[in-house]
Amino acid sequence: MMNAIVQGVLLGGYYALIASGLSFMFSVMRIINLAHGSLAVFAAYLLFILADSYGISPFLGLLIVLPLMALLGWALQRFVLERAARAGLLVPILATFGLAIVVDNLLFEQFGADTRSLAPYIGDLSFNSWQITDDISVGQFAVLTFVAAVAVLTLLQVILSFTPLGRAIRATSEDADTVGLVGIDARKVNAIATAIALVTVGLAGAALGLRATFDPYAGEPQLLFAFEAAVIGGAGSVWGTLAGGIALALGQALGAEIAPQGFLIGGHVVFLVVLFARLFAPGSTFPAMLRRAVGRR
Amino acid sequence: MMKTHVVERWTETARVTVIVCAVVLAVLALGPLVFGAGLVDRMTALFIYVILAAMWNALAGYGGLVSVGQQVFFGLGAYFAVRLANAGLDPFVSLVLGAGIVAAISLPLSAFMLRLRGGEFAIGMWVIAALAHLLVNLDTLVRGETGTSLIALNAYSAVARRDGIYWLALVAMVALLGALYGLLRSRTGAGIQAIRDDEAAAASLGVRIMRTKRILFVLAAFGAAMAGTLWLATAITFQPNAYFGVQWTAYMIFMVLVGGLGTFEGAILGAVIFFLIETWFGASGVWYLVGLGAAALVFALFLPRGLWGALDDRLQLRLLPVGYRLRESAGGKN
Repeated sequence: MMNAIVQGVLLGGYYALIASGLSFMFSVMRIINLAHGSLAVFAAYLLFILADSYGISPFLGLLIVLPLMALLGWALQRFVLERAARAGLLVPILATFGLAIVVDNLLFEQFGADTRSLAPYIGDLSFNSWQITDDISVGQFAVLTFVAAVAVLTLLQVILSFTPLGRAIRATSEDADTVGLVGIDARKVNAIATAIALVTVGLAGAALGLRATFDPYAGEPQLLFAFEAAVIGGAGSVWGTLAGGIALALGQALGAEIAPQGFLIGGHVVFLVVLFARLFAPGSTFPAMLRRAVGRR
Repeated sequence: MMKTHVVERWTETARVTVIVCAVVLAVLALGPLVFGAGLVDRMTALFIYVILAAMWNALAGYGGLVSVGQQVFFGLGAYFAVRLANAGLDPFVSLVLGAGIVAAISLPLSAFMLRLRGGEFAIGMWVIAALAHLLVNLDTLVRGETGTSLIALNAYSAVARRDGIYWLALVAMVALLGALYGLLRSRTGAGIQAIRDDEAAAASLGVRIMRTKRILFVLAAFGAAMAGTLWLATAITFQPNAYFGVQWTAYMIFMVLVGGLGTFEGAILGAVIFFLIETWFGASGVWYLVGLGAAALVFALFLPRGLWGALDDRLQLRLLPVGYRLRESAGGKN
């Protein structure tokens, strides 16, 4: 039981990592990118090609893939999202959904239905673990993912709160038309924000490929996990997203305890329960509920 | 000179359209007597596509609710039809009743989901679809992805089965299109179009947003479920993966975006285009899906009102008007 909780918390780190970019884009641009999961899988495939064909370790591969993802984010904003956002609230959803279908099927066209993993390219790290107690051992890579998630979330918060760029991003998200008056180029700011978001997507893709297997259609569940973690946590807060990821993973762990097929069901149920609570008792994001549960307001 | 204005709800073109539609429907109704078996099957598929497109358009184009999870209703409709037929009900009755059950489920679901906005509603519905898929997989009748079949249909001869499904699909399509058209032309319909154009403004004028959206949500759920049960009837086999897949929503989005989001005629046009593309390119597998996704992306960005919207802007066709148009009467031009 204790072991399931520990593993759940660590898995929650992965969910928080993949949720971070989705939640970041939503909080600064009010756009939910439905291609989020597919782009993470795309990044995983890029790392796979680098490792498989060129023998570049996935960690070194990130030095190539992350800048590429940033560039992709910039292009995504400039050529798709910017135009879509101007056309109304619904168009970004439709456009990014179309993009997700394109990405998924191009990956399938290129790589076929085989499941892949990046784990074979990082040697012992993929299966080494630390023994905590007699019953509990934690995978080193799971811990690394968790740490990476916390680092990414903290960094995003620091950028938003304390840097000139963050100030520009926040101002643009408040009122994209008015910021022009104070010399902020809203288009540039949004393109940079999307580039940042896609760097986190690249990291999440690496984590996905390293901790498990992926296939061309793995984007869909990743998008749902990211979305659920972000919603459970209440968009826009670092610790909220982390708590959301952990709550999702614990729900899955609990579901799996009840029945073998209960893993995914458990996660969806936690999501719906939190959503339900939030809708009928406004302000009850998961962290707020936690705070109430431990008696702090 | 005093100019007077009249509110125009009907046009001469519309009268002609109705007559043409009636003739086409009369021909379609006689379909099984004239068409070959293959064509009857294909036409049944077309009717199902029209239902899917019109119902997704009702939700997104008129209600402003983009759902990426309509496959939940498609899949559940088929599932309940299998369940009912397995319990001994006549398969054709099961098809309609299965969709009815889904409509009943969608009502409480709407109370919950309609509080979500924009992208949250879109992916929220996707989560609901994923959850329903997992739960249906737990049913011992379905046995996970192995699936089951609507074997009860074997009680009918192959010909009776094919023709029966064709007529049921035709009736379902006409009834659903008719219901949607009636709804859009009614007082509620004026509210629906007001919501589509500006929700806050509509609310301030006294349009009951929630009630109006709920009507669309339940109608769209019933329609998608009916399409699902009809698809089950033509395919016989029920494998959850094939019914709860997001590709169904991709098809719906493609049809509506290409045809014309928020136009009654556009959804039908989109379904016909999708039907032709599927007939010609469906066999090319993955590239076909890439093409559908790319088309949805391009239309969303560059032609958000679709082919029909573009045509309509130029020609002012209004074959089946649902709105109110102010027109100068006697002496005035145009």
